Amino acid sequence: MSENLIEFNNISKFFGKVIALKDVTMKLKKGEIMCLLGDNGAGKSTLIKTLAGVHRPDEGEIIIEGKKTVFDSPKDALDIGIGTVYQDLALVSLMSVTRNFFMGREPLKGIPFIKTFDIEKANKIASERMGQIGIDVRDPSQAVGTMSGGERQCLAISRAIYFGAKVLVLDEPTSALGVHQASMVLKYVVKAASEGLAVILITHNVHHAYPVGNSFTVLNRGRSLGTFNKKDISREELLGMMAGGEELDKLEVELKEMGRLNS
Amino acid sequence: MSDKAKSIASKKSFDQDERLQKVSKLRLLLNRPELGALGGAILVFIFFGIVAGDTGMFSAYGMLNFLDVSANLGIIAIAAAMLMIGGEFDLSIGSMIGFAGICIAIPAIYWGWPLWTSIIFAFAMAVLVGYFNGILVVKTGLPSFIVTLAMLFILRGATLAITRLITGRTQVPGLRVLIENDPIAWIFATDTFTWLFNWLGSMNLIALRTDGTPLATGIPPSVIWFIAATLFATWILMKTRYGNWIFASGGDKNGATNVGVPVGRVKISLFIGTAVAATVFATIQVLDAGSADTMRGNLKELEAIAAAVVGGCLLTGGYGSAIGAAFGALIFGTVSMGIFYTDVDTDWFKVFLGAMMLIAVVFNNYVRKRVTESK
Repeated sequence: MSENLIEFNNISKFFGKVIALKDVTMKLKKGEIMCLLGDNGAGKSTLIKTLAGVHRPDEGEIIIEGKKTVFDSPKDALDIGIGTVYQDLALVSLMSVTRNFFMGREPLKGIPFIKTFDIEKANKIASERMGQIGIDVRDPSQAVGTMSGGERQCLAISRAIYFGAKVLVLDEPTSALGVHQASMVLKYVVKAASEGLAVILITHNVHHAYPVGNSFTVLNRGRSLGTFNKKDISREELLGMMAGGEELDKLEVELKEMGRLNS
Repeated sequence: MSDKAKSIASKKSFDQDERLQKVSKLRLLLNRPELGALGGAILVFIFFGIVAGDTGMFSAYGMLNFLDVSANLGIIAIAAAMLMIGGEFDLSIGSMIGFAGICIAIPAIYWGWPLWTSIIFAFAMAVLVGYFNGILVVKTGLPSFIVTLAMLFILRGATLAITRLITGRTQVPGLRVLIENDPIAWIFATDTFTWLFNWLGSMNLIALRTDGTPLATGIPPSVIWFIAATLFATWILMKTRYGNWIFASGGDKNGATNVGVPVGRVKISLFIGTAVAATVFATIQVLDAGSADTMRGNLKELEAIAAAVVGGCLLTGGYGSAIGAAFGALIFGTVSMGIFYTDVDTDWFKVFLGAMMLIAVVFNNYVRKRVTESK
């Protein structure tokens, strides 16, 4: 597969005088995981919202499967197969696993005009889907609030895939998770990619991104510092680039000095 | 019995899963929102059974009395509960009752409209008021508490002003004669199962008047409406897509919007629901009393919310049940009537109402923690 599934060419987005994104370019193939790295305020959120159809880019073009595409609404992006999993996951913790899984897209049964929510079918699909990623939902009517953070993340991802995502956009999927939970989510992301999805993983955690990513795009103050293949860049180089290496160096020096003072 | 116990005990020791299953079923029951209200209702009946069991409270006539009061409250409590599950409040329910009352009475008595057209007119006004409440809350993002508090004053004031302007009084009597032969009024004004009560009377099983007809003539229309509303609301919440949207809208507005739930439309429809329920309440009462009163329904919005809360609805939305609200209304109706059959001064009713609400809120809070606690 040489064809790019999704291309961002010189995307810019301005909010009044603020330049949120400038000339950002990135490309993604099927089965590939691209990690979008950047510190707070680098423009990650704006880029995600542009991908998800919330914002329209002021400059540049989005090309999907070779065709130039304009999203007028988040629904357009969804319909074309861009599944975005936001940081808040869009899960309601008081509602059951099944009711969350099918929220807004409930399967129906019955006669026209008196269609009811086919909860048996929904339960079955939700259990199956969660089972496939190794999460044993004993009771799909249990509240999502009883699940762990990693399980919730997996539920949200699984839901996006079930509803036809070809490109999966994950916003900080591991940021609030412990090591074990994070690795569970990352494993699932790799599995999804191996089944043919393209994944854009947004994170500021290089340690989570490096093991799973095929390529890395680094954002800094609204501009892309470039896209790098894994073989061309080391974890440390990425980390340095992301935080603006100087700053970390400075921090290191400062810390050393403090240590000297204390001793 | 002891054999069964033994077999269960032996199963327990061998089959760990069996035990887990049992626990989770018990937990499932404990986690239902209506559990508290059901328990409360049972306690209330046991209490009055002991204190007032021999007073006539539990005669056919006495029971219909407190069921009628419960049912009227229940009709609005169920709509209030659904709105609360959807994450909003409606404080204008009580005022809407008064307003709907004069919307029926003034056209029927002063403008010569047939009764059925004025009833339809009242429901049309309810849809408008509900829509206005809803669109205001959804478009401005203001708390529904404030928006509907404003509507409470506007509707109550308008009801009083319009009625005085047109009639010079605050009451509009004279509706009773119009009920007969009206094509719609009977839906709100007919006692049902009268044959059953006649039969019970003829068998001397229930109390009779001096002329031989039973004291309790039939099931009042409020009770039928109440039962129908409970079933309909429960069906919607548990079995339909729209029901799932109600929970989602109240549970997490942003999340629901992100996955495509039309949160605005859901909320507006729920506001229309509370206004329509208030109008059902008003129609039943106005036709029963034969007159409209500008103060009808005063403070009913708070009782409706109280019943919904006792019934397990969370004030923050996203959780609750229509059956719970129905039991909540049953508790209030039973106590408000039952207190007359005891030696307790009726002044204590409000104290009970407040205490009940406090207990319910504390209990609900505990339930929510149980439901959302991590594994």
